[in-house]
Amino acid sequence: MSTEKTYKVPTMADMVASGEEPEILFWVGCAGSFDDRYKRVTIAFVRILNHVGIKFAVLGSEEACTGDPARRAGNEFLFQMQAMANIQVLNGYNVKKIVTACPHCFNTLKNEYPELGGNYEVIHHSQFLQGLINEGRVRVKDGQSFKGRRITFHDSCYLGRANKVYEAPREVLAALDADLVEMKRVRANGLCCGAGGGQYFKEPEPGKKDVNVERVEEALSTGADTIAVACPFCMTMMSDGVKNKNREDSVRVYDISELIAQGQGL
Amino acid sequence: MEIIQQILFVAALAVTGWYITKRVRLITRAIKLGRAENRFDHPDERLKTMLLVAFGQKKMFTNLLVGVMHFVIYAGFLIVNLEVLEIILDGMLGTHRLFAPYITPVYPILIDVFELLAFGVLAVCVIFLCRRFIAKVPRFQEKRHREMTRWPRTDAAIILTAEILLMIAFLTWNASDSVLRDRGVGHYAELQGVVPDFLISQFFKPLFAGFSDTALTVYERTTWWLHILGILTFAVYVTYSKHLHIALGFPNVYFSDLQPKGEMQNMPEITKEVQLALGLPVTTDADGSQNNDNGEQPAEVGRFGAKDVQDLKWINLMNAYSCTECGRCTSVCPANITGKKLSPRKIMMDTRDRLEEIQRGWKTNGYDYKDEKSLLNDYITAEELNACTTCQACVNACPININPLDIILQLRRYRVMEESQAPASWNAMFSNIENNMAPWKFSPSDRFNWADQVNEK
Ligand code: SF4
Ligand code: SF4
Repeated sequence: MSTEKTYKVPTMADMVASGEEPEILFWVGCAGSFDDRYKRVTIAFVRILNHVGIKFAVLGSEEACTGDPARRAGNEFLFQMQAMANIQVLNGYNVKKIVTACPHCFNTLKNEYPELGGNYEVIHHSQFLQGLINEGRVRVKDGQSFKGRRITFHDSCYLGRANKVYEAPREVLAALDADLVEMKRVRANGLCCGAGGGQYFKEPEPGKKDVNVERVEEALSTGADTIAVACPFCMTMMSDGVKNKNREDSVRVYDISELIAQGQGL
Repeated sequence: MEIIQQILFVAALAVTGWYITKRVRLITRAIKLGRAENRFDHPDERLKTMLLVAFGQKKMFTNLLVGVMHFVIYAGFLIVNLEVLEIILDGMLGTHRLFAPYITPVYPILIDVFELLAFGVLAVCVIFLCRRFIAKVPRFQEKRHREMTRWPRTDAAIILTAEILLMIAFLTWNASDSVLRDRGVGHYAELQGVVPDFLISQFFKPLFAGFSDTALTVYERTTWWLHILGILTFAVYVTYSKHLHIALGFPNVYFSDLQPKGEMQNMPEITKEVQLALGLPVTTDADGSQNNDNGEQPAEVGRFGAKDVQDLKWINLMNAYSCTECGRCTSVCPANITGKKLSPRKIMMDTRDRLEEIQRGWKTNGYDYKDEKSLLNDYITAEELNACTTCQACVNACPININPLDIILQLRRYRVMEESQAPASWNAMFSNIENNMAPWKFSPSDRFNWADQVNEK
């Protein structure tokens, strides 16, 4: 590990103070800021950004929930309150390009903010990483830790079906030189992790089983030892499902950016 | 004799036409109950979608075998209509195979194609009946899906059986006609040598060998009448049935959502309130148009979200009338797969049932009639609504681009904003967002704490 290196996380306010303008704004999202597991993903991505020397910034404590869970649960007032406040901040900093690791933030910023006056180029971190790999700015060293490992990718609804981003995360994983195995329901037919639409924040309605258990069973049946995800909610749901099946010792859930960071020794 | 037949025929046509017009008016009126929404934008893209998804049946082919089978029925339906044109003209003019002498060389080819399709339709309908009632494909069974009650299942059986009977009538009519031609009976003799035997019906000819000339003529006339009366009855029946999709499927796809599936529609009436609350300049009127500050009163704001069909958009209501009850949406719904009460197909069927209930009310009590019921609660329960993960799998699966999720969302909006009826843990999530700018109870000032760990191993 490159212990000598120090990673920096500049905020938008810092940038403005020093009269600079970042190439991209990294939108961290609530899970990326507060969820202990997903903070590791935020950190992995920030390290990659540092590593390739991209000029980026975050909003830090000026960031607020995009309002996605509120809107989908039916609370349009709250959603728009959040959206307008965020748009004021973003427009105030003259933000043009946003990268985020959360498909829900991605979808909301990209598709739902324009109508409220927030127009930005919004990129999901899988697309961003794919770009870096294609440009050769990220090169995973010859499969040190990935050769022979079986990875399966779980499509998240708000990245896949909602915005038709299917290939980017797969291409990122392909760079790892691991064995990519697909589940039965993938891409447009992918099965939800069970968290979207506000489900994450409440108990599921009564049924035969929980959605994440169904999905994890499908993932496990591929024989994969790694379930790759590209969404904080999928991350939690898949991890819980793996625990439910008592497989947490042999099967790991990682975000694609963590795998790339690992591959780079970051 | 002929003239009586002609009069009867024209009368049958007129009755059918009158009835269908009445039904179309009623259904249009019901669809117009919905709220205004502009779906006339981007005509090029809409046309393209319609050509691919409706005419080209693109989404049917996700299940190749069923796609092919459905295509046979669909092509049969489109093309057999040409044959019906001749039948109708014959019926009105008292002619027999009117087109035959004019297009002699192509006529037999045409009829051969029709017969082939008719036979295909017949075969596929038999297979479809077997799938539903013998092989018991799970998504059509009441045991697994409570919306598949008696009527939807009977409806499907009626349609399939009717199509089979219509096709048998058509094929045996052609066969008896051929035999009459061979024997040179009456006016049938005129087409001797002009019209040959046809591809499929020739195999049915031996059936009629023992018939007397009179019996044969009676059979020929009866099947001719059965065939055309069957079609006319069918056309009326369709307006009461899930089979309405054969007509509404096309406009339904034309007017379908063009925005990304994950995008949920903005509520401009709320934008204004929020702008006022935040002390921002108000940029939109309640109807979503740019504020022109001419002092006009904005249109009256209805309910926030939807409680009943009137609060939904007209396209949601057209969706409901177009739904084929195929259950593709339900069979991909994560909530349904894992045994929750939610079924997107049921959402569509409930919406239509509610509309039909209102129609019945209109009939007995006039168009101002209002009852005490509503789509929410009387048809769709909170438990169903709350189970939706907004994953859009249903939207993606629907072969005619119906959007059940849009209705679910609007009903949720009503429950949350008008009735404050969200589950307790959602209310907690809402207040966290409101107070902490995150759905969890963390202090907003801790939001950036993660950055302290970037240099930890
Ligand atoms: S969007 Fe809702 S109703 Fe549609 S498939 Fe997903 S969970 Fe089911
Ligand atoms: S909404 Fe679409 S997929 Fe669902 S039952 Fe109706 S036609 Fe089939």
